[in-house]
Amino acid sequence: MAEFSLPKNSKIKPGKHFPAPEGASNVKTFKVYRWSPDDDQNPHTDTYDIDMDDCGPMVLDALIKIKNEVDPSLTFRRSCREGICGSCAMNIDGTNTLACTKPVEECGTRDVKVYPLPHMSVIKDLVPDMTHFYAQYASVEPWLKTKTPVSQSAERLQSKEEREQLDGLYECILCACCSTSCPSYWWNSDKYLGPAILLQSYRWLADSRDEATGERLDQLEDPFKLYRCHTIMNCTNTCPKGLNPGKAISEIKKLIAERSM
Amino acid sequence: MSSIQKARPLSPHLQIYSPQLTSMLSVIHRGTGVFLSFGSVAIVIWLGALAQGPDAYVQFQSLLAHPLSKLVLLGWCFSLCYHLCNGIRHLFWDVGAGLELSQVYRSGVVMLVTSFALTAAIVFFAVQKTGGLL
Repeated sequence: MAEFSLPKNSKIKPGKHFPAPEGASNVKTFKVYRWSPDDDQNPHTDTYDIDMDDCGPMVLDALIKIKNEVDPSLTFRRSCREGICGSCAMNIDGTNTLACTKPVEECGTRDVKVYPLPHMSVIKDLVPDMTHFYAQYASVEPWLKTKTPVSQSAERLQSKEEREQLDGLYECILCACCSTSCPSYWWNSDKYLGPAILLQSYRWLADSRDEATGERLDQLEDPFKLYRCHTIMNCTNTCPKGLNPGKAISEIKKLIAERSM
Repeated sequence: MSSIQKARPLSPHLQIYSPQLTSMLSVIHRGTGVFLSFGSVAIVIWLGALAQGPDAYVQFQSLLAHPLSKLVLLGWCFSLCYHLCNGIRHLFWDVGAGLELSQVYRSGVVMLVTSFALTAAIVFFAVQKTGGLL
């Protein structure tokens, strides 16, 4: 049975307020989820007033500014700052996205609320534990599997059309925005693979060079791994790369239906 | 350093995620489904009353005549229309059609409008047949 409310140790309390420097005219307020393993407090939201005239345009710029100038204890993942590494995935203004490609201007007129990816175990502040997510990724064996012998003189060739089958799939950066936006994944992540991993799985099913389609489908044909998807489509709605995991899952369901006919 | 790892909190989910048309229509689909399953029990009781004879049937009918019962009946009526229309939407998805985000939103709005219109039509005919709502 799904647990709709937060456990006792996860309830969010009000936190500290850090006002903007004197004379700031273009102030935006950020409410950021904080939790530290080093004290016995519940999670809380700290409020930071930031002078946007002295800050970059993206939410990540604001977070870095807070860390550099206001509160060095603020903890979050970031790396490429251009939407290709997937490190800074978090819940901003109510939906999951990458902090580095989300302009503060697009966050609505009220305070910008920043939380870690939803329904995840929190290591610290905005850093969720991705261990289970990566283990699920490994479970679909995301590599090219072949049975025919490798030719010594040529690569495994693919026509232009066959290659096009991978468009919209290979771009996934495994940021987990989609999986952690999915209510089915919230309630069943122990057994349901979730949209990101299923899209990755379909990436190999759709690959003309892969020769393990049958085994891959056998592994997915399970009441939980695949069929917990109820086409809610929060995944596609939130993907920061504009991909369509919901459609990829539907394609897997079709492949399974077709082979049993 | 403490050797015991402190229990990590669970990050907020339902509490903070903005309602999306996608997820809300899905929640209503589930809700109407549950509500309809109670309605199917009511239909069985109604049939049972019918089988028991005129007295039992009249008794059950008078129960249904109560304004609160009518409200519940209206709820079942809408639930049936919604669940039917959204079910058809799901059938399209099952064959892989209409899964682009823009299509999902468009079909969602069309489905909502259709289920309200169907409900209104049923209420209209019911009123015409019985000559009054209450």
